[in-house]
Amino acid sequence: MPDPQEDLKIGVYVCHCGKNIADVVNVKEVADFASKLPGVEVAREYLHMCDDVGQEMISNDIRELGINRVVVAACSPKVHELTFRETLRKAGLNPYLLEIANIREQCSWVHRSDPKRATEKAKDLVKMAVAKAKWLMPLETKSVEVSRSALVIGGGIAGIQAALDIADNGYQVYLVEKGPSLGGRMGQWSKVFPTMDCAACILTPKMVSVARHPRIKLLTNSELIEASGSLGNFKVRIRKRPRYVDEEKCTACGLCAQKCPVRVPNEIDFGMSSRKAIYITSPNAVPLAYSIDGENCLYLKRGICRVCERVCEAKAINFNQKEEIIELKVGSIVVAIGYDPFDPTPLEEYGFGRYKDVVTGPMLERMTDPMGPTGGAILRPSTGKPPRKVAFIQCVGSRDARFNIYCSRVCCMYAIKDSLIIKEQNPEAEVYIFYMDIRAFGKGYEEFYLRSQEAGVRFIRGKVSSIREDPKTKELILRYEDTLLGTALEDSFDLVVLSVGQVPRADTETISKILGIPRSTDGFLMEAHPKLRPNDAVVDGIYLAGSAQYPKDIPDAVAQASGAAARALIPLSMGRVEVEPLSPIIDEDRCGGCGVCVKLCPYRALELKRKGEKTVAEVDEVLCKGCGTCVAACPSGAAKPRMFTEEQILSMISSAAR
Amino acid sequence: MNLAIGLGATCSGCDVTIVDLAEDLPKILSSANIVFWPTAADLKLKDLEAMADGSIDLCLYHGSIVNEENAEIAKLLRRKSKLLVAFGSCACFGGIPGLGNLTNREQLLETVYGTPSTENPNGIKPQGEVIVDGYRMRVPRRLDLALPLSGVVEVDYLIPGCPPQTSQVRDSFEAILSGNLPPKGSIIGPGKNLCDECPRKREGKAIARIVRPHEIIPDPEKCLLDQGILCMGPATRAGCGAKCIKANMRCEGCMGPPDGIRDQGAKMLSTIASILGLEGEEKMAEEEVAKLMDGIADPVGLFYLFSLSSSILRRKWGEV
Amino acid sequence: MEMAEGGSWFEPKILGFLCNWCSYAAADLAGMSRMEYPPNIRCIRVMCSGRVEPSFVLEALREGYDGVLIAGCHPPSDCHYQSGNLKARRRYYLLRKLLRELGINPDRVRLEWASASEGQRFAEIVRDFTEQLRRLGPNPIRAMRVGGGE
Repeated sequence: MPDPQEDLKIGVYVCHCGKNIADVVNVKEVADFASKLPGVEVAREYLHMCDDVGQEMISNDIRELGINRVVVAACSPKVHELTFRETLRKAGLNPYLLEIANIREQCSWVHRSDPKRATEKAKDLVKMAVAKAKWLMPLETKSVEVSRSALVIGGGIAGIQAALDIADNGYQVYLVEKGPSLGGRMGQWSKVFPTMDCAACILTPKMVSVARHPRIKLLTNSELIEASGSLGNFKVRIRKRPRYVDEEKCTACGLCAQKCPVRVPNEIDFGMSSRKAIYITSPNAVPLAYSIDGENCLYLKRGICRVCERVCEAKAINFNQKEEIIELKVGSIVVAIGYDPFDPTPLEEYGFGRYKDVVTGPMLERMTDPMGPTGGAILRPSTGKPPRKVAFIQCVGSRDARFNIYCSRVCCMYAIKDSLIIKEQNPEAEVYIFYMDIRAFGKGYEEFYLRSQEAGVRFIRGKVSSIREDPKTKELILRYEDTLLGTALEDSFDLVVLSVGQVPRADTETISKILGIPRSTDGFLMEAHPKLRPNDAVVDGIYLAGSAQYPKDIPDAVAQASGAAARALIPLSMGRVEVEPLSPIIDEDRCGGCGVCVKLCPYRALELKRKGEKTVAEVDEVLCKGCGTCVAACPSGAAKPRMFTEEQILSMISSAAR
Repeated sequence: MNLAIGLGATCSGCDVTIVDLAEDLPKILSSANIVFWPTAADLKLKDLEAMADGSIDLCLYHGSIVNEENAEIAKLLRRKSKLLVAFGSCACFGGIPGLGNLTNREQLLETVYGTPSTENPNGIKPQGEVIVDGYRMRVPRRLDLALPLSGVVEVDYLIPGCPPQTSQVRDSFEAILSGNLPPKGSIIGPGKNLCDECPRKREGKAIARIVRPHEIIPDPEKCLLDQGILCMGPATRAGCGAKCIKANMRCEGCMGPPDGIRDQGAKMLSTIASILGLEGEEKMAEEEVAKLMDGIADPVGLFYLFSLSSSILRRKWGEV
Repeated sequence: MEMAEGGSWFEPKILGFLCNWCSYAAADLAGMSRMEYPPNIRCIRVMCSGRVEPSFVLEALREGYDGVLIAGCHPPSDCHYQSGNLKARRRYYLLRKLLRELGINPDRVRLEWASASEGQRFAEIVRDFTEQLRRLGPNPIRAMRVGGGE
């Protein structure tokens, strides 16, 4: 509350803004009117209040006349509020004792045809600002120290890049990866577009850099289970599941896997091959150590076997490993949890899951990997022989009102890439790509597309409406529309590839809830501003990188990861964060601990705390953004805002009422 | 001290509270001399008029002001009393009679005297004054608005409640006798909301569905709002010991708003609307929101049961 | 232009609550684009439409404003503070019910959504609301100041 003893001396400054205001509003009349308002010590008018002369006018009055509340009637506060706050601060007056009346954008510029009423409105706006000024309070920002380390969630290419960038800048990084190894989706691909680089060859050096980096602590088999705090000071809890293999001792010789009696479908190969209960995700895994799958291991489930332990020469097997809960304090968090490929099973018209020879793009990818289920050869699953006629169907699960309306960006390019690999393996093979639009937007992408056309890949513009199997030949008959011919046609193929898009990972919802960061309507994690802050999550101190934020290809994932890292470095390098006085003050003499405010806050800035005998609400000043929703909902008026207070607003309402 | 207990439009529940002081009554009365109490003592108006101004040390006035007589007596008691205390929700806020502000004098008379359930073949309405056999007979004119005591006179203190609890009366008497009083015009009692006194467990609030008190048997340990019952507790002043809550019934708001709240109903409306339909709010379409709010069938009865007369809008302003 | 009942010229007085990030910016944009709308409205800037309390609206009506405009960011997800607009919307619908019970035409209070790029929309809203209030006539509270110790 403002000090009732203080002798208020309000200075009102009405700006001509050249002719922008003065052409419509009678500025002198407004200034005269203002000078007669109770509490107004002085009212002046000038051509450009924001220039040196204008600002000096205000500073002078503060110093000479003891003006202690300033009203500037000029352009929108969005233009010059900060300017005039500085003016006050330099003159020795608290910068929050300023109120701006918008008599340009919201008066002179919109009421040009009625100068008389525009002037009356300007007077009302000044009256309202003067009324509010009486209730302004001096306010201070708060400086808070930062924990100078970062948490990166997700060990795919985006998480790896972000971790390296932050660590290279000299700060400690904790990189948390859910699986037993780094690599993510890129680790599942064999070649990448448009360069046809070997994915492992370009990825592995980065993974090794992470493992070797003195400032990166890699936590595999780990996931985030709890988080609290705010920008600069997050407290997180990580659950590290036991690998049952000592990472230091394991030589990755593979003998254990050879002897392990348990076979389960291999997730890396999307179920097209099997792995053992003790396994490694790839020969390039980082860390290079085997891992025991606790769900399927005979010893862990039924207490029998232990053959891996017997054959391991390095004595690396350790069934005594336990789950660990690790608590960390970090200043920034980067979320790079990636995506899942869309599961096309619900598109019954395509027969995925019914017909063996209908596969997804990622499954085809695995076939092209020499370490994959077919040793690098693209084969028909039903016969094990190379296909002679392949169809790619684009936009499966993307650009589809039934599933996801967005475009997944990468499918056109990966289909083109895979079509070139098919042609490489068998130049005689016929390859068709059924598309709606070909999106070859990136650097080198259009050239890559042309290359595939030159290689003889055929592009048909139209949707495939159904796939059925010919009972005799077991070939797949596609019914499709060729929009350029304007007709429906049928053709048979022996392998169909569904170019499925990217969807948010299944645990995006969990991460979203733990961190309190909202998702967009498409289910991906929401950025703070789609144009100007694409790497920031909505909550300060949390940043987004990779497909977790929206489908993207590897170059964009890497670029965004570096961007997110740069953002994450800001609090770490500054060492302190300035907290604006946005948050309300909870009057503990009024708060009865009803709890209404707690769930309302989208930033989870409020919680009920037991203080001695009573329970009252407490606001985290760093988390709070100052929206005032809790203030409006508080049934006892205990949540008192520091700006836009009830008294200020009510006085504005009544001052202009008559 | 000279003690008076005056009344306007009242149910006399406030008189019962005083009687309910039981064993404490003689203790309190031993220092008091009741000079006016229409409910319990046969004292006439002319006796009151004859008292010297300011000769009543303490006057408790209960009931709201709905007719000219209530107003006259209130003004009289104000003149005759050093301390005038609005006693009970009617005197403090207008109380239940305040709901009469949803109509007006003409409509009230029409409803009582002009509708078929009243036998009134000649359509006679009360005149206010009539001369019979040379005697002037007066019936106090009903005011157009029901008012709290402060609507007609300056009030020194307020003791809210419908009725106030005996503990409140005891505490207030103590405060008055010892002179340990808050600033003039204040409520004697705690300033916080009822949640401060309520023993129930509460978490963050979000209501998915409104539940009427008869529709479920409420869990006696959990906050009623958390269970969907629209308890007015958060926007209601503490001081009653949460008696209704402890009887597994929702608070109706009879103690009026907590300190610093100008309009109890408007505050609670904001609170309820904020937490009703909170989970999944982003998925709600416009029509669904309107429908959800329609679930509150009687906003005035819910939010302004005791305080309509002292609220910002205080009455119904016509037909829409 | 219409005459109010009784043949007198009626200029409604409107109070507006504009949220800093969307509707206030929209109003500024209307100015930058030199659009015109009637000068009947007086706007108060708040950070979020979620700050607007029903009691503010009631006070404004009691003070005699003929209409109150609350403008925020489009639901469900435009709100700069995530969901303040969603609370504003629920309060608005419940407030409308209350106003109807208290004999105030709920159309005197209007909740509108205008994003920062919708300057034209803001101008149209103000034009439309001003005309609607002109047809509704003056706020009955303005006309009927009651006695009885008020």
